[in-house]
Amino acid sequence: MTKVPVEFTLNTREQNEFVETGSTLLSALRDRLGLYGTKAGCHQGTCGACTVIIDGEPHLSCLTLAERCQGKDVTTLEGLAPAGALHPLQQAFMDGFAAQCGFCTPGMILAAKCLLDRNPDPTRDEVVDAISGNICRCTGYEPIIAAILTAAQGMRKPARKRA
Amino acid sequence: MSVTLSAAKQARLVPAVQAKGGRIIAGGTLIVADLNYGADSVALITLDRLGFDKIAVKGGKVTLGAMVTMAAVARDRRLKFLHPVANSIGGPAVRAMATIGGNLFAPAPYGDMTAALLTLDAEITLHDGKATRKLPIETFLAQRRKLQKHCVVSISFAAPSAGTFHYVKVVRRKPVSASVVTIAAVIPQKAGKIKDARIALGAMAANAIRARKAEAALEGRKLGNDIIATAAKLIAAEASPADDAYATAWYRREIAPVHFVRLLAA
Repeated sequence: MTKVPVEFTLNTREQNEFVETGSTLLSALRDRLGLYGTKAGCHQGTCGACTVIIDGEPHLSCLTLAERCQGKDVTTLEGLAPAGALHPLQQAFMDGFAAQCGFCTPGMILAAKCLLDRNPDPTRDEVVDAISGNICRCTGYEPIIAAILTAAQGMRKPARKRA
Repeated sequence: MSVTLSAAKQARLVPAVQAKGGRIIAGGTLIVADLNYGADSVALITLDRLGFDKIAVKGGKVTLGAMVTMAAVARDRRLKFLHPVANSIGGPAVRAMATIGGNLFAPAPYGDMTAALLTLDAEITLHDGKATRKLPIETFLAQRRKLQKHCVVSISFAAPSAGTFHYVKVVRRKPVSASVVTIAAVIPQKAGKIKDARIALGAMAANAIRARKAEAALEGRKLGNDIIATAAKLIAAEASPADDAYATAWYRREIAPVHFVRLLAA
């Protein structure tokens, strides 16, 4: 199997890797870099469990060839908060029991982060749309939607204080 | 399985790679899914360095580069009429990846944007390795398999007059799923009568098709419930839908008229 070099930013750090041609970003993250926060689900772009953020937009790492990440800025769940700390979205998911088995949670949180980065004050419908590509078989979605709205509210408060 | 990936430096060089069995990878939402299922060895070629990700709107004419994503269409305020179409395709992650050019080759029940482009009478610009040429989208779709050996550069169309473009994608699971039936229509009116109506269907044949008998029923008539009902009876006359995991062919034929009536009567 031929390997090619790829240079990209991963969770704010420069990353240089040799990846197999035709391999996916999902495979590089899990099998080479040991970042298991990104889940391997359907491998067909249907479940959203492998969602990562590339250049500010949600992407499916199972459908992204690792070589095409050259020069890109990739964020996985591990890059959301410093070690030992939780991002407000993670905290809201935990407080609101928005996970049961937890398999969809990383994808849900990263899809939600993309929404809140762009739209800090989303409506419920906008939250539903943001996670529409992420399947959860446990929660019935309601606690997830509530957690994202709660996180959004919490993240807006400091900005208001500064204003 | 052996996969190689290279970036095309010029569009004219792409067909030569395709002639040797290479395939263009645009957003990757279809091809990489195939690779994950264990597709054969393939030489993939990207169009990432060709600047095909531009949207131009000039004098009412819209030109979308082949690599423009659904997310880019959904963000562009000049393309508001296409927002419901782009937003009906996948979730946000799929929309950030899936391209206009790739959608032209998406097999049924996918290809909703192509149904919209068909009703807009779009023109496809492609490079055959020797020269750039333009094809009406209907001709392009009829030759789609053969044209996989060419490089789609861009898609152009005239923006429809306000209020004349209609679109609905019927799905089993809201908000996101593959199409049961997709209907796109441009219904212009002149002096109170319908003139040059165009209706396209997605998921009702191997690729998007025009519903010409329904169009003919509308032509020259005043838009009203009676004439919409008459056209609805003909909406699936030229369709050849398939049974798949989302719906049976019978069900698709049954509900296409219902949603056509709802779409135009709304």
